[in-house]
Amino acid sequence: MPDEGVRLTVNGRELEAAAGEMLIAVTDRAGIYVPRFCYHPKLSVAANCRMCLVDVAGAPKPMPACALPVTEGLEVETRSDRAIAAQRATMEFLLINHPLDCPVCDQGGECELQDLAMGFGRDISRFTEGKRAVPDPDLGPLVSTDMTRCIHCTRCIRFGEEVAGVQELGATGRSEHMEITTHVERSLKHELSGNVIDVCPVGALNNKPYRFTARAWEMSAHATVASHDCVGSALYAHVLRGRVRRIVPRENEAVNETWISDRDRFSCEGLYVEERLHKPLVRRDGRLMEVGWEEALAAAAAGLMRVAEEHGGEGLGTLVSPSATAEEGYLLRKLMSALGSANIEYRLRQRDFRSAATAADAPWLGTRFCEVESLDSLLLVGCDLRSEAPILAHRVRKAAMAGARVSYLDLAEREYLHPIGTRSVQPPRDWARALGPLAGRALKGRRRALWLGGLAVRHPAYGELLEAAAEAAAGAVLGHVTQGGNAAGLHLAGVIPGPADGNGAAGLNADRMSRVTLAGMVLMGVEPDLDCAAGAHEAIGGAGFLLALNPWVSPWLLSHADVLLPTATSLESSGTLVNGQMDWQSFAAAAPPPGMARPAWKVLRALADRLSLEGFGYADTDQVLAELRQRIERPAAASASTSHGASIDSRSLDDEEFATLELPMYSVDGLVRRSAPLQQAAAVQRAA
Amino acid sequence: MPAVSGNSLLPDAARAAIRESTARFPSGRQRSAVLDALRLAQDGNGGWLSVELMDAVAEELALPPIQVYEVATFYSMFEVRAVGRHCVSVCTNISCWLRGGRELLKHLENRLGISAGESTVDGRIFLKEEEECLAACTGAPMMMVGHCYHENVTPDEADRIVERLS
Repeated sequence: MPDEGVRLTVNGRELEAAAGEMLIAVTDRAGIYVPRFCYHPKLSVAANCRMCLVDVAGAPKPMPACALPVTEGLEVETRSDRAIAAQRATMEFLLINHPLDCPVCDQGGECELQDLAMGFGRDISRFTEGKRAVPDPDLGPLVSTDMTRCIHCTRCIRFGEEVAGVQELGATGRSEHMEITTHVERSLKHELSGNVIDVCPVGALNNKPYRFTARAWEMSAHATVASHDCVGSALYAHVLRGRVRRIVPRENEAVNETWISDRDRFSCEGLYVEERLHKPLVRRDGRLMEVGWEEALAAAAAGLMRVAEEHGGEGLGTLVSPSATAEEGYLLRKLMSALGSANIEYRLRQRDFRSAATAADAPWLGTRFCEVESLDSLLLVGCDLRSEAPILAHRVRKAAMAGARVSYLDLAEREYLHPIGTRSVQPPRDWARALGPLAGRALKGRRRALWLGGLAVRHPAYGELLEAAAEAAAGAVLGHVTQGGNAAGLHLAGVIPGPADGNGAAGLNADRMSRVTLAGMVLMGVEPDLDCAAGAHEAIGGAGFLLALNPWVSPWLLSHADVLLPTATSLESSGTLVNGQMDWQSFAAAAPPPGMARPAWKVLRALADRLSLEGFGYADTDQVLAELRQRIERPAAASASTSHGASIDSRSLDDEEFATLELPMYSVDGLVRRSAPLQQAAAVQRAA
Repeated sequence: MPAVSGNSLLPDAARAAIRESTARFPSGRQRSAVLDALRLAQDGNGGWLSVELMDAVAEELALPPIQVYEVATFYSMFEVRAVGRHCVSVCTNISCWLRGGRELLKHLENRLGISAGESTVDGRIFLKEEEECLAACTGAPMMMVGHCYHENVTPDEADRIVERLS
């Protein structure tokens, strides 16, 4: 596209634009509204709905603004009689077959067709013939279909082809018989497929789990942040009568553009399940009893004090979910330090800490997300990117489609929906040695990056791999696709084993805590049988005193915990998550936690009070955050180190050590695991 | 991706012809060959396209299956359900209509005991649901059997034509 600008006139207003820009983009920027259905700024131009017809001087008939490249001296009227007549005629045509079922349609109240019909529709239909009815394909557990309402804008088709990278929906038949469908009954499988709900301008494709649970105008929208991956997508939680009813994307060009992953959209279905913990539980004579907060906090404090007195702080270990907020992590770290314990960890599935580099600076991607799109080459090492961070995978796809060379080193073939430079499928024990030669071939050009993902972190000889990666990167950006929603934040908050304030003894990392049974364990948002390295739950379960802060119960927690305190999820608590590009994203609670559950930071504040600890008198999470950020600006002289000597050689390890590197997309945390629609979607994917 | 390669469904000759057709288009534009490929697949399958066959075409051309279904359902020359061996289409567009095309179709429906769009029970004849102008207006009314045109067709002649079909 040439750079020189052109001048055009719209409704008598002089505008400037780049030559070749589509008129609708120019009018949108200038705040001149042109009605549209098929146009979407993130999708290619289809020009098939005809709603954006405008009056162009010198043109024999109205022209679609979405497909009209601007030229010097263009004169356009968007509200002239001819333009309005064309728009009204289009609206009448679109409404011929559209059912008048707005009162029973979930889209009612937030429907582009309904809105435009208010402005351009006739108050009565002249169409007396039969309306067409279209069968509804079953697209799986996430997206509902009412295809009689479809106006054939084809946004969903273009989304699949252009954004997701695989066309799952298509238009079969023609003219009056055209249908948007999969033709053969198939569920949508792509990890971003839920976005068709948002691009659909009418009620044809909707949110299936949310269906018929609320009306758009009854709910209040609360800005929040997704907690399941290192992207931290911007979200709105729509809340009615104190309950989150659905999640929709919040536009943030620097993070998630306008898209969100299915995991971020549908995980909220796990909030109000039967397993949700509504009241504190305390074990008495071997049985868990429901108690009030006073009693539960007293029992928790007494248990911790007893361990600290009998075994010292070293007898206590703490595991924190990698998606806990920075404030929660910071408070728990501070509390455990006050009890003399340095055994605290958020890297739950990491097994090898034998590299000083692993405890250095907080792990992050090393790159802003938008810069990913202009990479020349990228090497993914042990990273199932589409599953680990779907939105990041979308950025990488954009880079690859623009010519970047994307390669991977992994234990299995991965299906990426873009060209792949080098696919290197190797047994994990050979990764460290394969990395050097592979990087030489894979990393070309000026902007190069090498990313380590979840499989790499779970590798039993991660230290060796990390050192090989640092060497192989040779000037390329070495990035970490971190696990959970707040790895960097928790790292900075000190949720890593280190010298406890004062006594200087090195703490135990997650691997050590899974091998020695400590006298007391504290778990925050962690279900050890599912969130930790394989087998770790056995050592953890053997603790003499086990305190769990968790939003849910699980069979494992019910049989092992001595005190279970009901906490809020990140949708129900204020806090801060730090994403993979080091954005500190703070948010307020979208909805109150159910029952007697409370945000974990308040629980920790109360617990510190019962333990008679000083310095926990925070009024809100902002105060906690301010203290934390102050600490980061003035780091302690002794930096944390968990190095235990030279890295181990992966060749010396048994095969079974490599058995649990994979982590399914919908198993990453407690909320995702309890979302029935996501679990159904996972089952569909497994069956495919 | 289908677990089992569907390409065994496509006869070797059809596959070779599809490859030849694909080679006529620039690389990466193999989608342009989908019409040819579907025609070859349909001809080799008794005049209709099963889902498995369309999937095989999709795999041969490295396209998402839905892009093949779209084309197959768009063109009236493709059938996506099992039909009779001989495809009989009677033109009912304007010239033929004025010259008795509709009556001719009605006659054949009665004669064969099926409605347009159906096939005879013995699987011999498929009566095309709706045929638009086949560019033989000078010989209206006309009907097409397979790829063969019959012009100035009277009901008696139509009877004789369909009787000859085996």
